[in-house]
Amino acid sequence: MDILSNLSFGFGVAFSLQNLGYCFAGVLLGTLIGVLPGIGPLVAIGMLFPLTFTLPPVAALIMLAGIYYGAQYGGSTTSILVNLPGETASAVTCLDGYQMARQGRAGPALAIAALASFFAGCVGTLLIALFGPPLAEWALMFGAAEYFSLMLMALVAAAVLTSGDMVKGFCMVVVGLLLGLVGTDVNSGMARYTFGVLELYDGIGFTVIVVGLFAISEVVSNLASREPREVFTRKISNLMPSRQDIRDSSWPTVRGTAVGSVFGVLPGTGPALSSFVTYMLEKKIAKDPSRFGKGAIEGVAAPEAANNAAAQTNFIPMLTLGIPSSAIMALMMGAMIVQGITPGPQVMTSNPELFWGIIASMWIGNLLLVVLNLPLVGIWVSLLRVPYRWLFPSIIMFCCVGNYAVNNNAVDVYLCALVGAIGTILVRLECEPAPLILGFVLGPLMEEYLRRAMLLSRGDPSVFFTRPMSLAFMIGAVLILAVMIAPALRGKREGG
Amino acid sequence: MNFDLRNNKDFLAGMLFIAIGVVAVAVARDYPMGNAMRMGPAYFPTVLGGILILLGAWVTARGIRSGEKLKGEWGWKPLLMISLAVLLFGFLMSRLGLVPALVAVFLVSAAGGREFRLKEVLVLTALMSAFAVVVLLYVLKIPYPLIAGYLWIS
Repeated sequence: MDILSNLSFGFGVAFSLQNLGYCFAGVLLGTLIGVLPGIGPLVAIGMLFPLTFTLPPVAALIMLAGIYYGAQYGGSTTSILVNLPGETASAVTCLDGYQMARQGRAGPALAIAALASFFAGCVGTLLIALFGPPLAEWALMFGAAEYFSLMLMALVAAAVLTSGDMVKGFCMVVVGLLLGLVGTDVNSGMARYTFGVLELYDGIGFTVIVVGLFAISEVVSNLASREPREVFTRKISNLMPSRQDIRDSSWPTVRGTAVGSVFGVLPGTGPALSSFVTYMLEKKIAKDPSRFGKGAIEGVAAPEAANNAAAQTNFIPMLTLGIPSSAIMALMMGAMIVQGITPGPQVMTSNPELFWGIIASMWIGNLLLVVLNLPLVGIWVSLLRVPYRWLFPSIIMFCCVGNYAVNNNAVDVYLCALVGAIGTILVRLECEPAPLILGFVLGPLMEEYLRRAMLLSRGDPSVFFTRPMSLAFMIGAVLILAVMIAPALRGKREGG
Repeated sequence: MNFDLRNNKDFLAGMLFIAIGVVAVAVARDYPMGNAMRMGPAYFPTVLGGILILLGAWVTARGIRSGEKLKGEWGWKPLLMISLAVLLFGFLMSRLGLVPALVAVFLVSAAGGREFRLKEVLVLTALMSAFAVVVLLYVLKIPYPLIAGYLWIS
């Protein structure tokens, strides 16, 4: 009955008027930004991240979490209505959701997406509550060697599972690790890579990297590419799904939730991959697979459930182990660090109100999404008509003000411009920025654990392979690598 | 083999990574290296820099072999204007205050877009600046000068 008392404690925290307000604000802002074309959850969090600095830690994280799934939900709305996914996780929803909209069934598609997401969100929240505490307890036994190996595995997964090229993914991870090292070295007190800039002694600000890499480079890329946008402006008349719709989508929702929950926990995967996998699964087991891509409601329910479930279980490794499994979780972890909380298994005991408060607020946030979005869908649709030429200067304004406000100095703004420019060039060269941010967050931690492990083993690197847990993580890393490389090699042999 | 490397995406990406790796290793030479047991501040970055150089070389070589070109345009104009807008904000904010900085951001970044309609941009600037001022000064209560030396709200 521990879980019940913990959850009720969490709801007590989350239901305080202040936290409820921030949860609401987060969900609303997240959806608002997620609906705007070309802005996904990453950019949304990156832009609004500085706003939360002045808040107390629990409120800040509740708000950021709300922005996260709000933006994700907003992305689904645009997928269905304009065939324009806010981010990769809702790309699959376009396939059938947009077709449904074109057949005049946008309402039911939106409703089913919301209900499937809500169901998945509830399950995901429960899973965190169930598995979080034992996982954190287990993680408390980890030593430096285990942590280093675990981080290595997470980074390998991030590089390998990125949507782009694998080798470049590894390069981006290493660049991120290096950027994370800028600033004063904790062990020796020596300033590294500061080039005499005083403001760099504390390291490169988290906001600088996030805003530069995701928001600014995204804006520039959008301006450079010429894609015609077809906005679906037909009025949405009927929201209610029919009984047949609900029957058709209930099992796909359950299956999507299951797949999403599993994928969310795995490092480097997260919502995007899970929604693709579920869609494929549904298509495979469907009686009539030809319906998919032509407005099958299962094709909306399953991936929406999957990406929302994954969005929830994503929090498990971050909250319990202190290892982010996706770029967004890296942002969340950065937010915790900024708030003075060291992410890891001790959070549950040292800041129980944070841990359980966030979990409870997720459930509330998911409920708010359903309550909020179905009636407000008309407003979201009209937002879609905002032309990009009004939007992007405003995004840049938020980026600038946010960066300046963190430390009240201009150096952060200059650095952000630099990171944005380099980020844009890297994106043009088809290097995914997500692995970089994971490396950036983990860089200093990894160095610290490496040092500690090597000191304890008197400089003997075999420590990573003789301690059983550490060995397991190393094998995990090799396996992930092997699974991804094997088909590529085979393909090459067959092809050449 | 392909020797036209100007828009070869893997070649350029690889070179960029090598450059970053070289800087990392070169700068780390000024810091004590230590040994595997007691790692100095140079140890980890030197290893990382080395790995990055090797990976970068791999990417470069692959680019030369495949000769794959960049898709689409570079988009130098938006890159330049947006970067300039952000830089200007930092420069003006600390010298002239919030309002001039915001005006600069809107005018310059909007000039990086595909079409520039002055009237629209001015209206947008006024509306969004007012919004930013309200949020910063009244909601978040950060006392920034609106125009340095002349106009303060606190």
